Amino acid sequence: MAAYEIEIILNRQLADCLSIPVFITDTNGNLIFYNEPAEVILGKRFEDTGEMPVEEWSTDFNPVDEEGILLPPEELPLVKTLKHAAPFHKTFGIVSLQGKIQKISVTSFPIIGRAGKMLGAVAIFWKTTDE
Amino acid sequence: MKINLWGVRGSIPTTGPGNAYYGGNTSCTSVWEDGWLLVLDGGSGIQQLTINNKLASNRIDILLTHLHLDHIQGLGFFRQLFDPSMEVHIWGPAGSSRTLHSRLSRYLSPPLFPVLIRDLPCKLTLHEIENSTFNIGPFTIQSCFVIHPGPTVGFRISGRHSVFTYIPDHEPALGPAGIIENSKWLSGFDLAEGADLLLHDGQYTREEYQSKKGWGHSSIDDAGLLASIAGVKHLLLSHHDPSHSDIQLNEIFAAFIKRTSYPFKCELAREGMEIVLK
Repeated sequence: MAAYEIEIILNRQLADCLSIPVFITDTNGNLIFYNEPAEVILGKRFEDTGEMPVEEWSTDFNPVDEEGILLPPEELPLVKTLKHAAPFHKTFGIVSLQGKIQKISVTSFPIIGRAGKMLGAVAIFWKTTDE
Repeated sequence: MKINLWGVRGSIPTTGPGNAYYGGNTSCTSVWEDGWLLVLDGGSGIQQLTINNKLASNRIDILLTHLHLDHIQGLGFFRQLFDPSMEVHIWGPAGSSRTLHSRLSRYLSPPLFPVLIRDLPCKLTLHEIENSTFNIGPFTIQSCFVIHPGPTVGFRISGRHSVFTYIPDHEPALGPAGIIENSKWLSGFDLAEGADLLLHDGQYTREEYQSKKGWGHSSIDDAGLLASIAGVKHLLLSHHDPSHSDIQLNEIFAAFIKRTSYPFKCELAREGMEIVLK
């Protein structure tokens, strides 16, 4: 099986150093890595799940709008970044494991390698206020 | 496929009686097959390169992994560049905003060097490479970016019967997790997988590496681990640290062999070494 490009590998190594939640996806939206702080958001461990397809991870953390209505995957910054190869930012709610809605901000950006090729995307999560 | 090592020292040429055995010239390796010659990197070792076999044509190809000085400082002393009858092709990575010609010219121009690239008498062609596959004579060559400061590639050279992988500058262990023992997450894996011979960066001991993280090089232990995951048949550890004498290299290598038990042949690269792959 072919190895990931070094830009992806280095992003994983960086994410592994950070105390903020980070998701890394390939160009198809498959979640190929999430770090330990991101495990809290997903309620899963990377060691257990391995890679996850976009349909699975994008609904797993139950993103909701201000009215508590489930957001479709295409509304998520990471999915928009993959579609448009540009950075996006959005604040929305996620339903915690305890059933509470927690407000978070997500910033996502594309990984465009040395050769100018789109290789994937990164999303970082910021907790704002609890509701 | 015949492989000759003309320079195996890392970072800076290092001469003296204390390192006469492994040699002090910086990176340069040649690969011969069917009268075709590839020159891998243009470190100071390129001065030693002698062409004893008859070339199939008047063409020579120089493949540069990257443009750090220890990999290009010998270029201006490669005789064939000054021979108008020779056709020389230089392959190397471009930067994100500067061409290969522009980057090479920073060294091959005054005040660092008296001759400009455009004034070299040979018929010179530059080729920019990235994650590429290209053919030269009997060789199919794959270049891939590897972890090292600045644009840097390694080469997988497939000849008629064998595969030689050349990654002299590489830090696959960069990051808090060190080498991730999963082939999908291992820089250089695609280049090295199943190679008959892997020449790889082994500049540091594992203790030295702890204070040299991010400098772009490997410990011999990380080189061994990569070779093991990639399933290579023979590992040559190269890019020896300029501070390591022959005696120290022998001690470092003996300790490494004692604490490991890899199934493949492993040795220290030495200037003047010749290996024939069949």
